Amino acid sequence: MSARIRVNGVEKTLDVDPDMPLLWALRDVLGLTGTKYGCGQALCGACTVHLDGQVVRSCVTPVRRADGHEITTIEGLTPDGSHPLQRAWVELGVPQCGFCQAGQLMSAAALLKSKPRPTDAEIDQSMAGNLCRCGTYPRIRAAIRKAAGMPEEER
Amino acid sequence: MPSPRVAVHPTSFIALTLALPLAVALGGCGPSTSLEPTAPAPPLRQVGPHELRVPADFEPIADVKQRSRALFLEVSRVLTHPRCINCHPNGDVPHQGMSLALHDPPALRGPDDHGVVGMECTGCHQDRNLELARVPGAPKWALAPIEMAWVGKTAHAICEQLKDPKRNGGKTLDEIAHHNGHDELVAWGFYPGADREPAPGTQAQLGALTEAWVKSGAECPPEGANQ
Repeated sequence: MSARIRVNGVEKTLDVDPDMPLLWALRDVLGLTGTKYGCGQALCGACTVHLDGQVVRSCVTPVRRADGHEITTIEGLTPDGSHPLQRAWVELGVPQCGFCQAGQLMSAAALLKSKPRPTDAEIDQSMAGNLCRCGTYPRIRAAIRKAAGMPEEER
Repeated sequence: MPSPRVAVHPTSFIALTLALPLAVALGGCGPSTSLEPTAPAPPLRQVGPHELRVPADFEPIADVKQRSRALFLEVSRVLTHPRCINCHPNGDVPHQGMSLALHDPPALRGPDDHGVVGMECTGCHQDRNLELARVPGAPKWALAPIEMAWVGKTAHAICEQLKDPKRNGGKTLDEIAHHNGHDELVAWGFYPGADREPAPGTQAQLGALTEAWVKSGAECPPEGANQ
């Protein structure tokens, strides 16, 4: 199968099995290794990317679903790491080991695009599919609030 | 002296568990006095827990209203199976598994029954089952609207719900029968993938039973009747 996918704004043609997980295509075929493999079962969120702006877990998304659509990975969130979330992530030193953080950022970016000033409950609901075994959740929430222009702690 | 032990053959047990509630159902849904004479229900063909009866099995029930109620009880064996009710929750969280556990990872209904931003149903669920990852999938994967909640409902309540266009997606009864017999998401219940127990019978049987129920007047079994 030949799939045409716009990846981070660049048209790509992939000659791969249509049921190949999108994560495989991104990492092993296109060399975009920012998106991580965690569980392979859509349970941890490390592989989160955007498909036409919607959060999908790329480890369970077949390439055929992305055919003719737009995929955004952590490499394409901004060309220079200047997304408000990325800046807040750096300023607050959010990551510990960092493995889950690309997925965390992609989910957070989708959240802020849909809800520019989310409540803590909305943050927790939207980020519930992204696990962090280092337990950086309080800093993640604070960074999302900071990126949204809100106080880092709920007032 | 120890009490004598009575052996009950498994098929006899199945017959009893199916026949007793059915007898209650066939008694009618009239006033609670329930002294109106009703013909004794003829025994139905025995089926196992993973099978469905077919419409012809209900032909011996002469009273058409009784037959209609019995047909719906058979339909409700599918509708109340975890493969179906798990996505017809009476709250904002889908269920999963045979024990109706709350969905994990935590997922919510969201504003349009498709999840919340970042946790949309189709962020994980694809248009078909993923056998290696074990993630179930089918076209149109989403929660049923809250007015179509089935968890905790009796066969009687679900029946009345299905007949109410305000709570059935604006469908006619014929459309309900067609939906049960042909809808792709309904079909998933019979082919759930991985090691999940499918709903009993086949989708074709469900469609035929629903159609027979509609044609027989779409009577609802009384409260207290079970499959």
